[in-house]
Amino acid sequence: MKHTGAEIIIRMLEKKGIRIISGIPGSANLPLYKVLHDSNIKHVLARQEQGAGFIAQGMARSTGKAAVCFATSGPGVTNLLTAIADAKIDSVPVVAFTGQVATNMIGTDAFQEIDTYGLTIPITKHNFLARSAAELLEIIPEAFRIAESGRPGPVVIDVPRDVQLQEHTFDEWPCFHEKHNPAAIEKNNPDTLAITINSARRPIILFGGGIIESASEGLLRQLAEKSNIPAASTLRGLGAFAPSHPLYLGMIGMHGTKYANRLIEQADLVIALGFRFGDRATGKLSEFCKNATIIQVDIDKAEIGKIKPAHQHMTADLYIFLESILPLIEENKRTEWIHQVNFTRQQLPYVKAPVNGDVFHPLRIIDEVAAHVPSDTIISTDVGQHQMWVAMKYPFTMPRTFLTSAGLGTMGFGVPAAIGAALANPGRKVVCFSGDGSFLMNMQEMATIAEEQPNLAILLFNNGYLGLVRQQQELFYDGKFIASQFHAIPDFAMIAKGFGIKSFDMAKEENPLYVLSSALRLKEPVFINIPINYSENVYPMVPPGAANKAMIG
Amino acid sequence: MKQHNHTVIELIVNNHPGVMSHITGLFSRRGYNLEGILCGALGEGSTSVMYLLVSLNEQYMQIISQLEKLHDVIELKERSEYDHSVFYKIDSLFAE
Repeated sequence: MKHTGAEIIIRMLEKKGIRIISGIPGSANLPLYKVLHDSNIKHVLARQEQGAGFIAQGMARSTGKAAVCFATSGPGVTNLLTAIADAKIDSVPVVAFTGQVATNMIGTDAFQEIDTYGLTIPITKHNFLARSAAELLEIIPEAFRIAESGRPGPVVIDVPRDVQLQEHTFDEWPCFHEKHNPAAIEKNNPDTLAITINSARRPIILFGGGIIESASEGLLRQLAEKSNIPAASTLRGLGAFAPSHPLYLGMIGMHGTKYANRLIEQADLVIALGFRFGDRATGKLSEFCKNATIIQVDIDKAEIGKIKPAHQHMTADLYIFLESILPLIEENKRTEWIHQVNFTRQQLPYVKAPVNGDVFHPLRIIDEVAAHVPSDTIISTDVGQHQMWVAMKYPFTMPRTFLTSAGLGTMGFGVPAAIGAALANPGRKVVCFSGDGSFLMNMQEMATIAEEQPNLAILLFNNGYLGLVRQQQELFYDGKFIASQFHAIPDFAMIAKGFGIKSFDMAKEENPLYVLSSALRLKEPVFINIPINYSENVYPMVPPGAANKAMIG
Repeated sequence: MKQHNHTVIELIVNNHPGVMSHITGLFSRRGYNLEGILCGALGEGSTSVMYLLVSLNEQYMQIISQLEKLHDVIELKERSEYDHSVFYKIDSLFAE
């Protein structure tokens, strides 16, 4: 059979089971779009390539499967870079196909030419420049295998325009490789780790996004329950442990719970599972769990001891690891330690929404939302104060229900990621919490929402400030407020209306909480502006550079 | 000649135009020292061999792990026994 490069790409994506592609066409990827025209793959037209990248992330983060986006050469690619870098640091499987100028034009500073390969080396798990249509038959299955196996991550495939048009004759379509995870773990290793866990007196489990990537939240809970080991999460781990579980300590780190941060200092063993010792989680590194033996298990060998040496470690898929260690773990009541955990928890109670007073208190709004949406609702956030409030307060009970830009901290993530999640999970509710600073960074995707009509509610926490910047200036920069206040405040509800999206402004409602709950029941896009007191700070917090035990607020 | 604070890493890599960028980019963006690099095609040219002269410091194990993660690195060998002098007399090797 004979196919062009563009046909090979689209047919292979169909074979892979890709149902939705986000992207924007341009001259260097139009051959691809011509073939897409006759495919049953749905194309979602983003309004800026960063939006296309985050829509793909929303699909990938909510399903765990690789998602695809398209961008054209030059500015299409540079716009996309932020979303790719964001996927790299949070281990999200995205496969981006980028158009490139024709092979004979590469290196000539042609119109809309950019060195996509060079630009994406540091921000992808791997990247390819396809030099012929024939190569695509190898590259595409390999790209998906790389994106989805081991520690997931983004892959970029740069395809020059002439390669898209080039015809190639071949006999058989290649197969997609099975998702590859590291081979079964060394026999003796679980034994020695189990001995350490069984003989520990004050162990704590510290888990990160790896638990969610390996779908091992059930085994994690079994480990905790069998041996009565309290467990704390990172930002990326939220959703893997039921917040109401007596062994759950909430989040650690800069905006974690005081008791989790305190108890980690008291632990004699820290079991780090799929946790990369990120600085927002550890606080001052030399003080972080300095009294404890550290066991580290991660699927990425390069994470072992990268930040802090582990006394015992294993490179393994967490599911395989937990399955093999569980039978070796002894039941243990740990009466004394659990008593100490509960005592510390009572001494250092966690944040609560005020019962009376401010209706628009962020924590109160978050409680209201949680009370009025189904438990499988997918929540996305942007980046800033609202993100931390949601992380602290929203009761995530299922993995992949919390989509947030954790590692890169990209403002503008929330809206497009929510679109992707809604499109990939029809029938489920999606709520995006955003801030007035973040929202403006990818607001153009409101047009995409108006077009696609996803079941999506956007809640804008509007305080007229870059709130987390304002908070840091207040606390650590002598109150020298500069460039953190917005003096021109748009009428966001009217803007949403201008995009053709149903909107509410809670500042103008007589019964705002009633309006909120009724708006959340709608099965169409809805935008809700919520005025937030600008002086509200996110507490508790660890001052930047300080040890976690130095929490203030 | 051997400098005891240095060692040689041998890599077998896929041979295509982007490979050198992948290897050197890893060193520059993670702030690792790369003291010397020698490279040449193997056999029919689908793979290359690279010798990297690196410092033996606290980053060394991390460098090894990060190199092993690169998709284009087919094989990595630590060559602690190798003589480093070749890196310092390249000029003379090119002389007739």
